[in-house]
Amino acid sequence: MKLLKFLLSFLLALSVFLALNTKIDPLPPLGKFLSPNQGIWLNDVSEDNTEELSIKGLSAPVKVHYDKHLIPHVFAQNNLDLYRSQGYITAKHRLWQMEFQTHASAGRLSEIVGSAALDYDRSQRRKGMLFGAEKALENMQKDPEILGYLKAYRDGINSYIESLSPSKYPVEYKLLDYAPEPWTLKKTALLLMYMTDMLAGYETDLEFTNFINNYGRERFDFLFPDFFDANDPVIPAETDWSDWEVTVPDTPEGDFPMDYITDVLHKPNPDNGSNNWAVGPDKSYSGNAILANDPHLQLNLPSIWYVMQLATPEKNTFGATLPGALGIVIGFNNHISWGVTNATRDVRDWYKIKFKDEKREEYWHDNQWKPTTKRVEEIVIRGRETFYDTVVYTHHGPVSYDTSFKGNGQKMGYAMQWTGHLGGNNQRTLIELNGARNYHEYEAALVHFVAPAQNFVFSSRDGDIALWIQGRFPNKWKGQGKFLMDGTNPEHDWQGWIPQAHNAHVKNPERGFVSSANQHPVDKSYPYYVFNDGYEMYRNRVINDFFRSKKKFTIQDFKDLHNNNYNLKAAELLPHMLKVMPTDGLSEEELAYLNDAKAWNFYNNTDSKGASVWEAWWSKLNRMVWDELRADTLAMVPPFTYQTINLLKNFPDDPFMDRVNTPEIETATDLFVASFKEGVKELNTWKERLGNYNWGDVKATYVGHLLQALPAFSRFNLPIGGNSGIVNATSRNHGPSWRMIVEMSDPPKALGVYPGGQSGNPGSKYYDDLVDIWAAGEYLELQFMQSTENPTGVLFTQTLNPKQ
Amino acid sequence: MKKLTNFILTLVLGITFSMFLPWWAVMLAGFISGAIVRLRKAAVFFVPFLAIALFWIVNAWLLSNPNDFILARKIATLFFLNGNVVLLLLITGLLGGIAAGVAAVFGNQCRLMMGKENR
Repeated sequence: MKLLKFLLSFLLALSVFLALNTKIDPLPPLGKFLSPNQGIWLNDVSEDNTEELSIKGLSAPVKVHYDKHLIPHVFAQNNLDLYRSQGYITAKHRLWQMEFQTHASAGRLSEIVGSAALDYDRSQRRKGMLFGAEKALENMQKDPEILGYLKAYRDGINSYIESLSPSKYPVEYKLLDYAPEPWTLKKTALLLMYMTDMLAGYETDLEFTNFINNYGRERFDFLFPDFFDANDPVIPAETDWSDWEVTVPDTPEGDFPMDYITDVLHKPNPDNGSNNWAVGPDKSYSGNAILANDPHLQLNLPSIWYVMQLATPEKNTFGATLPGALGIVIGFNNHISWGVTNATRDVRDWYKIKFKDEKREEYWHDNQWKPTTKRVEEIVIRGRETFYDTVVYTHHGPVSYDTSFKGNGQKMGYAMQWTGHLGGNNQRTLIELNGARNYHEYEAALVHFVAPAQNFVFSSRDGDIALWIQGRFPNKWKGQGKFLMDGTNPEHDWQGWIPQAHNAHVKNPERGFVSSANQHPVDKSYPYYVFNDGYEMYRNRVINDFFRSKKKFTIQDFKDLHNNNYNLKAAELLPHMLKVMPTDGLSEEELAYLNDAKAWNFYNNTDSKGASVWEAWWSKLNRMVWDELRADTLAMVPPFTYQTINLLKNFPDDPFMDRVNTPEIETATDLFVASFKEGVKELNTWKERLGNYNWGDVKATYVGHLLQALPAFSRFNLPIGGNSGIVNATSRNHGPSWRMIVEMSDPPKALGVYPGGQSGNPGSKYYDDLVDIWAAGEYLELQFMQSTENPTGVLFTQTLNPKQ
Repeated sequence: MKKLTNFILTLVLGITFSMFLPWWAVMLAGFISGAIVRLRKAAVFFVPFLAIALFWIVNAWLLSNPNDFILARKIATLFFLNGNVVLLLLITGLLGGIAAGVAAVFGNQCRLMMGKENR
């Protein structure tokens, strides 16, 4: 009896211990998680404001002034100390995010969340994300100066990680029950690849191939023209290229492979894009150049951006950093300011590979069998056996699709060729821009930037404004890379590069402003082949029309433009719909909604009812037009919005207007009626749920925590207008992730804001304190400190001392 | 009297061990006090339970209060407690208390096995 009681009490104690110490999905290990000496209660702190910290490897003390929004203003004696401190301070505020994003890039999420992420991880591996990161690292390692900074940055991060006891780990580690690992140079390369894939990973070659197979080349060319008539390109159309000596490869004879592809890799969000612009002295109210930028990305917490001032006696730079990468990415110094938008060029192509046999050790190219190489990807899965994925590589790149992954045959596969695999030295571009003093130094800095191609806007204290479309671009023959290509034919290979000097650019144009909004880079006169790969057609025209509309522009004009909700797309279609649509069959209720649309001023403001009617109507209409493509088992994408609207207005009897699931043959007008009625049903459900159908409430913008928008750590129902395709490009969970305006006065005056906060800790009041300021369309005045002495507006100052 | 002794001993050991051991420091505290200070029946469990529950609740409150319970409220949302921090504190205390209590029961049985105060 005694023994039994003893054993039972032992088992009870043991099982309570195990139950509280083990992660039982979806719960964290509750004892650990809730204990006050190890768990989350220790994370309920807004900021650690210790006055003195000591860090291994610093050569001199570094002063860090935190302002009231917890933006660190870092004053170091030299670059190595500066980047070491940047690493330390960034990790101190964003450690979990930094590591999580690089895990996501490397296809290592299964290690954290288990087999649910296996398919995602395999996609990352098969896209060659690690392969590309290793190439980039090779390149950066050839550059001793950059390598030194990268190592200092890495060591700074690791100093912070080493200083952490498990009880101080960020709350997400506690929630998912794992521990941070040391930072490596490769992780910085992986972060840059993450951005490259996000911005230069969108193409639709395989979908286009399917489209041609189904509908023929003539229909394709009609629906997907290389240029639209209303094209208002990044580089002004009047630019003269005629004095360049240009050779473009000849288009080879022969056909493209006509394969049918049902399943394609997941794509980055096509809305990933941005706006930027600058006015020169002639168009500026003060005579100082003014520049603005707002990159549009998925809206996450912690934010993708972390704002810093980084100063040494030689340079002083302020702006948005990417946690995990060196230096400022979008920002300004006393001499210049710069920003980026995505160039959206097609730099990822697909080749059909013919293998000799099922061993896939040789492939046919240039009339001979050539050896492949194989890379075994080891994917560690939490709580399961490790998964090994063999990815075959040809000279093009990784054979992403093959028999084991979304492929359709033992002896064939589709290989990816991508500038993301070239491995540039993007860090050098950023570091040089941080210290650049004039146009020439900006131009020289860009040369190292390979991918993702960006529209680098520039303005200087000297009064120069410029915009370079920078990246490495294959010099393509006409039609190259639009469709799946023949991997056996060497003429289908990329034939060389557009020379750096011929990357499209503009400096101090006569019109007095430069701008980009992911639209077509050039007009038809540009001598190299560029086709429409999903270029923006609306934001760019609103921006350019605004800058053509008057002579002088103020900071307020810039703010207004960032927050401009004018819906040009609607303005170009809605009046036509209202004109041609018969209203005799509409109910009272439907007529009431129609009156909202008629009374609408085309602004997607938060309190607008007309905007909600339009958005519901348009989304149903767009689906009805392209229902054929959606109903098909093959992967296809609908034509771009501009062409859809062109069709609806000018080709109302096009065969695509017919709806496949009705017996009648519909025209555009029939679709207007049908989609309106469908839209009304949706509006009614909104009205029922919300009590109104104002656009801001219907859109319900949210900023979601990186872990699938965990509701507790996210912000919902933000009152902000706009939508995709509008200059204020805020859609439900996507939009301006950083807004910056800089006037190049002496010293520069700058404004900035982003939907997040400087601290990555959900327990900090600085976790999301900028969200409401952002949603209201307001900005922080960025305090550009000119020296470390007598700073104003400082919350607290921290000194980082060399550790003895 | 023994109840008070046990209570104080559990509390002191729990606080001391928690300074350098992981969360299960409170189990060790419960175990030792259960093995040393003899209690009877339900008190074997409930006295250390109360000691540690009190310790965890007060400690958690002291940590979270200066920060206005920002994180506690979010964790209480995450756990479907409707953002109710009091409930989260009670659950914290409950878990710590149970852990200490079952360890104390085991400690008590160990003492009995050693056969010391057998009468």
